Amino acid sequence: MKHTHSFNHNPLLSKRLPEWRARLVLIALLSGSVVLGARAMYLQGVNKEFLQRKGESRYARTLELSANRGKVVDRNGDTLATSTPVKSIAVIPDMAQLGAGEVAQLGKILDLNLTDINRKLASGKDYVFLSRAVAPDVADRVMALKLPGVQAQDEYRRYYPTGEMAAHLVGFTNVDDRGQEGVELAFNDMLTGKPGSRRVIKDRRGQIVEDVETIRRPQDGGNLQLAIDAKIQYLAYSALKQAVQQHKAKAGSAVVLDARTGEVLALVNNPTYNPNNRVKLSGEQLRNRVMTDSFEPGSTMKPFVAAMALESNRFRADTMIDTLGGKMTIDGATISDSHSHGMLSVAQVIQKSSNIGSARMALAFPAQHMWELYDDLGFGKPLKLGFPGEVGGRLRPWKSWRPIEQATMAYGHGVSVTLMQLAHGYMAFARDGELIPLSLTRVDAPPLHGQRVFSPEVARQVRAMMESVTQPGGTAPLAAVPGYRAAGKTGTAYKLENGRYTKKYLASFVGLVPASEPRLIVAVAIDEPSVGGHYGGDVAAPVFSQISAGALRTLGVRPDAPITPQQVAQQQLGKSREAM
Amino acid sequence: MINLADIRLGALRLVRPIDPFLLVITAAIIAVATLMLGSSSPERMNAHLVNVGVGVAVMWAMASQPPQRLHSFALPLYVVGVLLLIGVALFGDVSKGARRWLNLGVMRIQPSELMKIAMPLMLAWYFQKREGSLKVRDFFVATLLLMVPVGLIIKQPDLGTSLLVLGAGFFVIFFAGLSWKLIIPVAVLGTAAIIAIISYESQICAPEVAWPGLHDYQKHRVCTLLDPSSDPLGKGFHTIQSTIAVGSGGLVGKGWRQGTQTHLDFLPERHTDFVLAVISEEFGLAGVLLIVVLYCLLIGRGLMIAANAATLFGRLLAGSITMIFFTYAFVNMGMVAGILPVVGVPLPMVSYGGTALVTLCLGVGILMSVQQHRRRR
Repeated sequence: MKHTHSFNHNPLLSKRLPEWRARLVLIALLSGSVVLGARAMYLQGVNKEFLQRKGESRYARTLELSANRGKVVDRNGDTLATSTPVKSIAVIPDMAQLGAGEVAQLGKILDLNLTDINRKLASGKDYVFLSRAVAPDVADRVMALKLPGVQAQDEYRRYYPTGEMAAHLVGFTNVDDRGQEGVELAFNDMLTGKPGSRRVIKDRRGQIVEDVETIRRPQDGGNLQLAIDAKIQYLAYSALKQAVQQHKAKAGSAVVLDARTGEVLALVNNPTYNPNNRVKLSGEQLRNRVMTDSFEPGSTMKPFVAAMALESNRFRADTMIDTLGGKMTIDGATISDSHSHGMLSVAQVIQKSSNIGSARMALAFPAQHMWELYDDLGFGKPLKLGFPGEVGGRLRPWKSWRPIEQATMAYGHGVSVTLMQLAHGYMAFARDGELIPLSLTRVDAPPLHGQRVFSPEVARQVRAMMESVTQPGGTAPLAAVPGYRAAGKTGTAYKLENGRYTKKYLASFVGLVPASEPRLIVAVAIDEPSVGGHYGGDVAAPVFSQISAGALRTLGVRPDAPITPQQVAQQQLGKSREAM
Repeated sequence: MINLADIRLGALRLVRPIDPFLLVITAAIIAVATLMLGSSSPERMNAHLVNVGVGVAVMWAMASQPPQRLHSFALPLYVVGVLLLIGVALFGDVSKGARRWLNLGVMRIQPSELMKIAMPLMLAWYFQKREGSLKVRDFFVATLLLMVPVGLIIKQPDLGTSLLVLGAGFFVIFFAGLSWKLIIPVAVLGTAAIIAIISYESQICAPEVAWPGLHDYQKHRVCTLLDPSSDPLGKGFHTIQSTIAVGSGGLVGKGWRQGTQTHLDFLPERHTDFVLAVISEEFGLAGVLLIVVLYCLLIGRGLMIAANAATLFGRLLAGSITMIFFTYAFVNMGMVAGILPVVGVPLPMVSYGGTALVTLCLGVGILMSVQQHRRRR
């Protein structure tokens, strides 16, 4: 107060500066200090905890440490899908006030269009990716520019060394490392690891200043060992591709099963795609036809009907059936054989693939009996292999069957199945009447016993009938496998489109090798072959032969037949035809 | 042969103009500034020490001059300042949307800074000249002298500086004895306007509302102060970050160089306008109170000097310079504490910056000069 006192004693000021004017200045100073002091105490005393927490929330971050996705390997450990570390370049537009020169530098290193970069910077988002999955050295060059708000994020990129060969089975992941198709999707949970987390201190630009602690280490995903054998898969892939091209077919698919374990040794479709470069993929390319497309199988169903007939003891392999000269009328509808035959034994019905012979056998049994057989074989319901999009085909309840329908179902029309289901059904013949579940993953302890569908004798008898199919006089001599006895059945089905049968065909062949003690079940379907025949015996059987010959050699299966000169000649003929 | 007594006399002459009280306080404030720069921006330390050297030299030089010499500078300095401001308006360089700089070929200057000292000098000179025959008319002339440069600075646009120049001039007029009949209506109007702005914040801050006479960014600053969270990444960023820095300091702070807001780069302008936030984050309430006490001592001493001045010119100049210190400190602290809008006002002598430090040392030198030539009782 001393100086206010002085003010009053100043003769010059006392006239014009009354005491209270000087005091007002003091009051202003004092109240200013009090306001500031109070505010400081409020912030630092009362509000301290809240503001300290807010401060911490600004610099302390819990970072996710990405876990490495597990590998997908084949039964021998060969890699089908693996993850390689890459970096993604992201930018926080608010922080990145980039000049035109800097944008140009970024564009040059990342090989991006300048307008694209500017559009992303102006997108108004908090965080945008400029470029996903770039090579680490490219990311290093970007980070060397030290641009504010531009970050490199560690990621993994999925790589598929086998390319399009196993694309449908393996599938692929998206940029976020999540499975989208195939086993990548089906086994996503197992392949995905558990991401770890790490506590760090970051500055305003998002750069990590200090690593505080690792809260949780990332747990890498488990490796997935599939049942397929990459070598057999490759054989199947190339044989199928060649056949589809040769016959100018719309599509094709093939599957190889191990009869002893139920493992799927190969699964291929054509058209296919390269999972490493998925630009412009069409639905046609993506479809895993073996499991997700059902079709009317045609004559490949006949062996089941023959087995049903033999099982009843009312038919024997040599029981003669009158095929009525190739035409038969039921309920006013006429069914026919492609070649007219007279009297045929049950074995010949299979060998010659007589529709009428099969229909007459089927009609000797009640609809329910036949439905139960088809149901036992797994038709009409999905196999539940855990594969995305798997379908079960169509098997109508027996109560609604009319005789004509039962007759056509005996030769595979009016019922639809997937190629996988069909191959699985044939397992009953391969395993002497037993069915075991299929597996996409490697099986080390196969079930000793399965579900019995036929007696061993009947299964062996039907196998013998199917062996005659691949022999001269059968419908598929081209299915013969040099050195091995092959059994199988052709199918040549009219395709059903919008409820009407068309002049388009689905040629198929399902077979077992070696016939004496089947190890493999190989099923082949060629959709709409347009050049070089349309019969299963002409189009699908050679593919079966090629895949089987290679697969048996790969697996080291002991030959059960001498190689005949005819087979050698045929083999060479086939080779020279391929060369053309 | 040099006589020991001569040396003593010479030294005494050198030291005599220095007011020891002001010197100690100034030294303490500059010491705080140096300490904080060592935390927030050590790489600028050398430049800062040079600034301090120049500042002390200027302070001593001013202290050695009698106020009469300043008196003769007042009018030319004002005229040159106004001419330069007109030059800025006509030929100035535009930087960050404002036309504040004048390029003289050899250097770029910001004439509005000059006005901060020239304005009180000019008005003090004017009132000194009219001493004894002061009429109401003179206050209108003084107001006109004040409003010309203020208007020019507002147009640049630079709201912060124009308010400081306005304040500096207003203090002179106030100390010269402006009638309460004029002060009270303005004060009432101003208070009413502030209350109205706060109560109708949501309406007047709506984006489509334009404020007459003010630029959009100026409107933004006021609106952001009223509700900082309305734009946390944009205009409210400074206020929020500094409030967090101040608050998280607590009673004694996190320790020198331990402030997270500061050292993780969250706090903007941490070595200049927001240096108080660094002080309060690292030294807490204790640090803030220390700096407040230092300013109070400085201002108290300044007012004492004004009261004892020998001439009206000296008294008005000293009073006004003291009040400039107060205004700077109050506005800056209020801004950092989030009770005033973010205007670019540095914390006097603590914020880093050569021009500001030298100008303020010059002010302290003037105070010392006025004290040296005070009215002897």
